[in-house]
Amino acid sequence: MAESPARLNVTSHKDIAVVEFTENKILDEMSVSEIERALTTLLESKERPKILLDFANVDHLTSAALGMLININNRIKQQNGQLRLANIRPQIMEVFMITKLNRLFRILGTRAEALANFE
Amino acid sequence: MEGHRLNDHLRFIIPSDFHEGRAIQKRIMEEVEAHRFNEDAVFAIKLALEEALINAIKHGNKLDRTKKVRIQCRVTDHEAEITIEDEGPGFDRSTVPDPTTEENLERLHGRGILLMEAYMHIIEWSNRGRRVRMVRRNDPPAADNRGSAA
Repeated sequence: MAESPARLNVTSHKDIAVVEFTENKILDEMSVSEIERALTTLLESKERPKILLDFANVDHLTSAALGMLININNRIKQQNGQLRLANIRPQIMEVFMITKLNRLFRILGTRAEALANFE
Repeated sequence: MEGHRLNDHLRFIIPSDFHEGRAIQKRIMEEVEAHRFNEDAVFAIKLALEEALINAIKHGNKLDRTKKVRIQCRVTDHEAEITIEDEGPGFDRSTVPDPTTEENLERLHGRGILLMEAYMHIIEWSNRGRRVRMVRRNDPPAADNRGSAA
C-alpha cells in the first residue's frame, strides 16, 4: 500500500484503495497540487487502480479541485481503472450538479455503496 | 495585507500572492459571519470570493507580485458586496466557453466563473474584465436565480 501523504489517509479494502481527505477543505492551488501529486503516486503504484475518494470530511472546495479530480479520473481511465466518489455532503454535491460533473463521475451515497459498485 | 475601513467599506490592496489572498478571504469571511449570514450564504460567498481572488491573482496578474489586487467589501446584515480588481490584460466574459456542455465537460479549467455566477445574486464585470462586483443577499437563493445574474 502506498504511504499516506499528509493531506490524505489511504487504506485498503481488498483491491480498492480508499482515500479520505483529512482536511475539511480542498482549497488553494498549493494544496490541490499536493493532493494531485499524492493521488498520482498512488495510481502509478497500481496496474488497474480502483480508487474510492471519500469526501466525508470535505466541506469546501473550488474549481481548481474539480480540475484536479477530472485529471485524476482521466488518468485512472487511461490505466483501465475505476474511480468512485462517496459521502459527498449536500452543499458540495450542489457544486458537482452546477458544473454537471455529477454526469462525469460515479458518485455513490455511502462508502459501502461505493465499495459495492466497483466491477 | 494593507487595508482600512471607511464607513462600512473595507478596502485592501495586496500583491499577487495566494497567501495574501487567503488572508483577505479569512478577513472578509469573519465580517460575513459576524453579520450572521445563513449557512448557504456563507458557503456561497466563501466559494465565489476564493474563485474571484484566484482569477485576479493567477489569471489576471499572472502571479506577478508587483501587480496589485484591489478588494473592496461592504457587509450588512442583509447583503455582502465585494469588488475585486486586478491589473492584468482583462478578458471578455462572452468568450469563456461553457464548461457544462458535453464537449467541455472534461476540460480541466474554466469553472470558476460559472461557480461565481451560480452562487452570487449579482455578478458584474467591468474595466474590460479586470473588475468584478459580486453581491450575495443573506437569504436562501431561489433556484431560478442560479447562473442568470451575469
